[in-house]
This record gives sequence, C-alpha cells and structure tokens, in this order.
Amino acid sequence: MTVPIQCRPDEVFVLNLGPQHPATHGVLRVKLTMDGEYIVKAEPVLGYIHRMHEKMAEAGSFAQFMPNTARMDYLHALAYNHGYVLAVERAAGIEVPERAEYIRVITVELNRLSSHLLWWAAFLLDLGGFTPLLYAFDDRERILDLLERITGSRLTYCYFRFGGVYNDIDDEFIAGTRDFIKRLRSRLPRMYHDLVTHNIILIKRLKDIGFITPEQCRRYGATGPVARGSGINYDVRKNEPYSVYPEFDFDVPVYTECDSMARYMVRMDEIEQSLRIIEQALDKLPDGPVKAKKVPKILKPPAGDYYAAVEAARGAFGCRLVCDGGKSAYRLKLRSPTFCNLSLFGEVAEGMLLADALAFMGSLDLVIPEIDR
Amino acid sequence: MDTSIWRPIIYLICFMAFAGLNAAYLGWCERKGAGRIQRRTGPMEVGFHGLLQPLADGLKLMSKQLLVPEGVDHILFRIAPILAMIPALTSMVVIPFSDNIQGRALELSVLLLFALASIGMIAILIGGWASGNKYAVISAARAVSQNLAYEIPMLITVITIVMITGSMNLQDIAMNQQGGFWHWNVFRLDKSIFMPVSFIIFFICSVAETNRAPFDMAEAESELIAGFMTEYSSMGFGLFMMGEYLNIVVGACLTTILFLGGWSCPFGLFPGVWWFLIKIYILIFTFIWIRWTYPRTQVYKLLNLSWKILIPFSLVNLLVTAAFIKVF
Repeated sequence: MTVPIQCRPDEVFVLNLGPQHPATHGVLRVKLTMDGEYIVKAEPVLGYIHRMHEKMAEAGSFAQFMPNTARMDYLHALAYNHGYVLAVERAAGIEVPERAEYIRVITVELNRLSSHLLWWAAFLLDLGGFTPLLYAFDDRERILDLLERITGSRLTYCYFRFGGVYNDIDDEFIAGTRDFIKRLRSRLPRMYHDLVTHNIILIKRLKDIGFITPEQCRRYGATGPVARGSGINYDVRKNEPYSVYPEFDFDVPVYTECDSMARYMVRMDEIEQSLRIIEQALDKLPDGPVKAKKVPKILKPPAGDYYAAVEAARGAFGCRLVCDGGKSAYRLKLRSPTFCNLSLFGEVAEGMLLADALAFMGSLDLVIPEIDR
Repeated sequence: MDTSIWRPIIYLICFMAFAGLNAAYLGWCERKGAGRIQRRTGPMEVGFHGLLQPLADGLKLMSKQLLVPEGVDHILFRIAPILAMIPALTSMVVIPFSDNIQGRALELSVLLLFALASIGMIAILIGGWASGNKYAVISAARAVSQNLAYEIPMLITVITIVMITGSMNLQDIAMNQQGGFWHWNVFRLDKSIFMPVSFIIFFICSVAETNRAPFDMAEAESELIAGFMTEYSSMGFGLFMMGEYLNIVVGACLTTILFLGGWSCPFGLFPGVWWFLIKIYILIFTFIWIRWTYPRTQVYKLLNLSWKILIPFSLVNLLVTAAFIKVF
C-alpha cells in the first residue's frame, strides 16, 4: 500500500515516541526514524514494566500465582484467570462443575465487552474524537459494577479458583446483566455506529491504512481481531474449544480487507457476538455447586507438560505449564497475544505517515503490561 | 466625524474588555458545551456552575513559572505567544458590530483582517520552531501548510463577496445586506446560485484557519502531544489559548458580516448589535459542537480537501458570480 521512500541518511531524524506519549497508552516506547512526517523505520522498545511474572510462578504455589494473571492484560483479566486455571486444572486433573463453567463464560464475555468498549474509546481518542470515550465509559461502568458485585474487584479480578469460581452469581446479577444487554443493544446502532462507524472522517482515516497481509500474521503469530481482520478465521473458542463454548451459537467475525477498518469492524461485531453468548449462557444456566469438591489446599500436579489456551480480547493467550511434581510450577511460559501483534508494527509502519501509524497502532489494541509481563 | 480623543479611548477599552471576556469565557463555554454533549456537567466547583473557573485558571497560569527550556531561541520563544494574541486583538478594531459601533472604518478592512490572520499563523511557526522540540517543529510545518492551503479558497470566496458589493469595507458589505434575511449574501441567489456553497466553503475554511478540530493538525494531541505549545508553560500557553479563542471570535464575526448580514434582523425589525452578537455566538457554538463530535482528519487528506475540492469549487463560484454580475 505504501511506497518505499528513498532518502539520504542526513535527511532523516529520530523521533522518540514515548515511553510517555498520549498515543502509546502506557509505557511503550517506539524509536521512529523519520523523513519529514514519513516513517522510515520503527523500532518498538520494550521492557519498561517487566515484572518477571513467569519467574514468580516458579517461586510460589499455584494458588499464589492467581492474582498475577490479572495484572498482565488488566483489561481482560478474567480471560487470563481462565487460561491459567485451565492449565492447572488440566495438570491436576480437576473436574469443574457445569454451573461454574457457565459463570466463567458469562463473566469472561462481560469482561471482553468491557475490554472492547475501552479499546473503542481509546482508539477514538487516538483519532482525536473525545466524546465517544465518555459514551463507552458509561456502558463500561455498568459492566464493572456488575462484575464488582460478584468478584469483589473492578479491574484486576482474581475470581476463578481451581475447580470453579469464588462466588456464585445471584438473581440481581442476572437481572442486571439482562438489563445491560438490552441497553447496549439499543445504544450500539445509534451511539456507536451512526455517530462513529459511519462517520466519513473515521472511514477515510481507517480504510486502506495499516495493511497487514495474512502471510505477515502467520509469520509474526498474530491472533485475535488482528488476524481475523486479515481474513484468518482463527478463534480459540471455535478452533480448540474449551469450557462450555461449544454449546453456544455464535459467529466469528472475519473481514478480508486487512486494513485498520477491518480490525475495527471485527471488534465491533465481536461486541454483538459476546452479547449473544451471554444471553444464551444466562438462559441455559444450570443449578448446582460452583466449586469442585475435594480440591487439595496445596496442589501437587503430577510431573508433565501441560498447555491451555483461551481466546482473550486481543488474541490467543496460552499457558504452558511444566510440572515436576512439586507444589510450584517448574516453568510457566505465558504466550501473550499483544506481544506478537506489536511485533508487526515495525514492519507495517514503514513508509507510513506519523498520524496513520498512530491510528494503526491504536487498531492493534495494545496493552503494555501484557507485552512486558 | 467626531474627532474627540475620548471616542477612540472608550472604544479601545470596550473592545479590550469584549476580547478579554470572550477569550476567558469561551473556554468556559467550550467546557460546558463539551460537558453537555458528553452527558456530564462540566466545571461546577468554582463559583456558581463554575463561572469563576476562567478566573481561577488565569490566576493559576499566571502564578506558574514561565519555563524556558535549554536550547531554545530565547527571543523568538518569548515573542511567539504575544504574536499570537496581538493580531487577533487588533482585528477587533475594524469589525463593525453595528452601524455606529466600529473602532475604525477602514476602506480596506477585509484585506487588513486577512493580513492579521496570517500573522497569527507566523506566531505558531515561530513558537514551534523556537521551541527546538521535534514535535513542535512538525506541528509548525503542519500549521503553515494548512493555513496556506485554506487561505486561498477563503480569499477567493471573499473576492466574490467584494465583487457583489463593490467594496472592501466591512461596513459597506454589511450595509448592503440590510433588510430581511433574503438580503443576506448567503441567500442572494440572484447574484450567484452558488452563494450557499460558498458560505459553507468559507465556514470550513474558517474552522481550518483557527486550527479547530477536526482540523487541529497543529496541536493534534494524540500525535504531537501539544504540538507547538509542547514546551510552553504558564502564561505563554495561556496567551496561545486566548489567541485561539479570539481567532474564533474574529472568524465568526467575519462570517457574520460577509454572509449573514451583520447586525441586520432576519425579519427586518430592530437591527442592532444584539443580532450581531446572537449570530456570532450561534456560529461559535457550531465550532464547539463540531469539535466535540468529529474525530480528527489526516494532514494530507486535509490538504487534499482544500486543493482538490474547495479551491476548484470556489474558483467556479467566482466565475459564475462574475457571469451573473455581467449578465444581470
């Protein structure tokens, strides 16, 4: 899409974007070599908030690591809870009651909604539209209130337990969630699509900008909306089903345009699909316990190599757990989607204008603590 | 003509007060308007409904240190904010608020206004360049190319008005449109069938000229942090902000005089300064409304809009107007 630029080395300058910059949403630093407003080379620099989460898993017990999972992708924390819990349950062979599985799906999807709403708000802020931010936060606030009722926290959840969830959901939560679904469904077409999606300025800024080929996605291991915006139909919930996802009827939105607009549309459609999943899960919600019986206080899974992946808001989150029979993990490797999605940035941003590159960066939906772990 | 010394002095004081009040309270209006659009209250703490907020902000800005970073061009760095404010203030002198309220009735007042508007652009250029900050330099370059691109269609549109009126005096242009709203230039289809189009062109250009969203390329926050104002603190920043609001006022005044009949009443009754004020504040509200509704455009798309759409359209409009005047 973009024309490679030829320039003499003395005509370029280095622009240091971040680690404190309004568009990087956190402590990401990008070293840009610029020719005027054109980017000749972009190098993301990472590691400003590296906290050694993986090493921490080796130091404490399995349960002690649970709160850490919420502190990677703090916007979709429950999916990270879920991924880790799944891996440990596979290792220790714990069966999860069905009601707990349903509650997990409901809360993870609610959290996905809140994550997508925040992405939408921040993305529009990157594009210079301030008002959508407050509309989206209005809706997101209701999700956080609902989740706060049952999980006890608003952002960094530690709600899942090995073999279930911490708390059962009550009627008020169910009624509140149904109200919220109705509310968001009525607001989506007018406040989200009429005001923003069909806005000519937005379309002009996103169409044919930030072209990611499917080949590039494969090479860098991009997943989630980034891959689906490039025509790759891959969603862990469908391709490697886990929990009770196979019981729900939902679509995986795939767009083949490969540009920023495609990624935008994928996320907007995912909001609707998540609403569908929550609705079905609330209808089918079975009775029963929410915690498995006889889960030992100190888990000692048999030695072995276990893997579990979940579909987080930004792509596939994988947990590879190597156990040696002890009470803590021998090694825990976390595969976070944003790291791969960000790796694309350098290659794709070459030859772009600064403003386009920042819009493109917004369409990748970066969460920095999850890249640095 | 009254040659007493008191007349200019009183005018000066009144215009300064008007400009100062606008510069301070448009900020408040903008925040309240944004609050209303975003379903929140806006400033509420200082005074009744935050009415003293501009005062508090001004005091805060004045009590802060004017930080001059190392490696900047000291003289230019200090001149730039003043240069942003002065032309906007000076423009107030030639604007006729009513048939007898005008500081100075210059024959070439239209020309003077555009000359002063260009100085405002130079202030941004100097401020950005003197800061020695890469973001500020990019912002200054953007501001210049944008202002250059949008002054051309604006001036071409003004030429059509001057052709219709036969005068470059704002007073004459406004007097020419007295009577009901069908006398206003925007609706004068007998002079050129494209008059409403040229009004829209002029309005878009004045949004772009004042660096307002969606054309706020120069201070694109998410791209260039604060653009040319990145290194400015204290009243340096405050003057830039006040200059921006004053430019909006001048732009709205100019649009009102050129297209909306100045102080004339839409129904031909009681013409007077209040109609002028009503019209400019409706226009200013539109500025605010647009800013809080649309996302920002892209630099080269902004330039494309001017060079590929606005300039050809305004040229066609100029030709059509010339033909109409010749034929009828």
